[in-house]
Amino acid sequence: MGETRGDRAFDIVNILFLCIITVLVIYPLLFVLSASISNPAKVFAGELWLWPKEITFDGYKRIFANKDIMTGYGNTILYTFVGTAVNVVLTICAAYPMSRKDLKGRNVLTVLIVFTMFFTGGLIPTYLIVKDLGLLDSIWAMILPNAIAVYNVIIMRTYFQTSIPSEMQEAASIDGCDNFRILTRVVLPLSMPILAVMVLFYSVAHWNAFFNALIYLSDRTKFPLQLILREILIQGQTQDMVDMNDDTLMRKMMEAESIKYGVVVVANLPVLMLYPFLQRYFVKGMMIGALKG
Amino acid sequence: MRLRKRLLPYARNWQLYLLLVPVIAYYVVFEYVPMYGVQIAFKNFLASKGIWGSPWVGFKHFERFFESYFFWRLLLNTLGISLYQLAVGFPVPILLALMINEVRKPLFRRFVQTVTYAPHFLSTVVLVGLLFIFLNPNTGLVNNFLKLIGLEPVAFMTEPGWFKSIYVLSGVWQQMGWSSIIYLAALSGIDPQLHEAARVDGATRLQRIRHVNLPGIMPTIIILLILQIGSLMGVGFEKVFLMQNSLNMDSSDVISTYVYRSGILGAQYSFSAAVGLFNSVVNFVLLLLVNLIARRMNQTSLW
Repeated sequence: MGETRGDRAFDIVNILFLCIITVLVIYPLLFVLSASISNPAKVFAGELWLWPKEITFDGYKRIFANKDIMTGYGNTILYTFVGTAVNVVLTICAAYPMSRKDLKGRNVLTVLIVFTMFFTGGLIPTYLIVKDLGLLDSIWAMILPNAIAVYNVIIMRTYFQTSIPSEMQEAASIDGCDNFRILTRVVLPLSMPILAVMVLFYSVAHWNAFFNALIYLSDRTKFPLQLILREILIQGQTQDMVDMNDDTLMRKMMEAESIKYGVVVVANLPVLMLYPFLQRYFVKGMMIGALKG
Repeated sequence: MRLRKRLLPYARNWQLYLLLVPVIAYYVVFEYVPMYGVQIAFKNFLASKGIWGSPWVGFKHFERFFESYFFWRLLLNTLGISLYQLAVGFPVPILLALMINEVRKPLFRRFVQTVTYAPHFLSTVVLVGLLFIFLNPNTGLVNNFLKLIGLEPVAFMTEPGWFKSIYVLSGVWQQMGWSSIIYLAALSGIDPQLHEAARVDGATRLQRIRHVNLPGIMPTIIILLILQIGSLMGVGFEKVFLMQNSLNMDSSDVISTYVYRSGILGAQYSFSAAVGLFNSVVNFVLLLLVNLIARRMNQTSLW
């Protein structure tokens, strides 16, 4: 079947459009990267368009010398590790039994869990519970209120049901495996792709989490990176990072800008570096959730 | 004996129930107790008496909210942002997926996908921070460009008229690639024979997209549309809150930010729980309604 002229024209227009979209998406990201290692004066004067000018790492030096950012970074790493571990374990605890057709009460459970996707108690009652439990200002306020995401449970349950033959589980059961052993020896080893997806989804969520910290934390030493970033990027609090000996206000403003570019890079580097490697996994995970959710 | 028979299916899977214990505990404590706690919206919450002991006051807080100066502003902003987002943000990922699906060079296809997914991984704080950097009236790239082509710089972030557009368009920028994954999955599930048949009948590429691909992903589109409309009142707190400032309040104040201000900051727990409950109920009713309409019209629905 030959290609018509119209088809070829369509191809060209299509690819052109996609190129424009790609440029629009990637340009701001590259710009930030360039700006973060450029002389702030050049950025400030609007002379920077894409490639870095007069490369300097001063902004980064200031960032790594800043105590708040480093504490925030440490906290975020801690919350991400502990939080993701709790998330993944609990999601397995929910998804595996729900995937078993022979589990009595499975439908009631599904309804109860899915219902929470559509209706919640809302901010204030949830806040009061967390407060009553004495979790305010503790690491657990960052972890427990979002310990399970319904959507991820559904994705995982679907994976267990569709990708792991139930005959295999029955065979293991006949061989004398109890349910724990079936889960740990048969099901989980076959579920590495979906576990990778879960780790990615949950850890990115923890890395970027801002809302719980804003509401539940008031102790600065427990602040995650995102709260510190908010102060720097949005509220413009960069005074304590800029060299007070700098003579002019202009100079200070420029340095503040360069710090902003730098923190964007520093905050996202781990996630952005990780993601191309995990891409094939998360696309798979999204598709499992999408097609059979 | 009969009792033992009835209990057998439970006993055999006792370990599965054991696994579920922490899960159920989580859902009870952090989802269902708050739902029960919603009753403080109908009470005058006194910290000394707790949620359960505080006195009932009926619909007082709701009435106060409906009569307040803020009510219409909050409602119109909440719906305005959502509808704008629905109108612009919903079709774009579909178009993107249809376009990506037509690319036959695997390398280019992978490249476009990798790039367009990337912004999804930026945090809201960083995204809004980028907006402030790029839209800064003095130093921002966008205004540098406007000056370059001889236009006046615009104070995008403090001008109420720009708020909704910036909110929606930056959302499209961040999420279009990610949202397109679902449609790409649906597109890959379309039977190639349908395309063959259409080609034999002389359909052009565009015609095949319209008459084969689009109908093929229609069920997915409808499901996602229902979900979107079902969260029409749920404009995300984080991004609006971060973009908000005293100058753009007229167009940026939404129900969720108001609940935060009056509840968490102002400690008016009962009142803002009432506002929040109003929001969730409208949302839930919308979801039921849209689902019902969708089911009547073409048999695709959430349940």
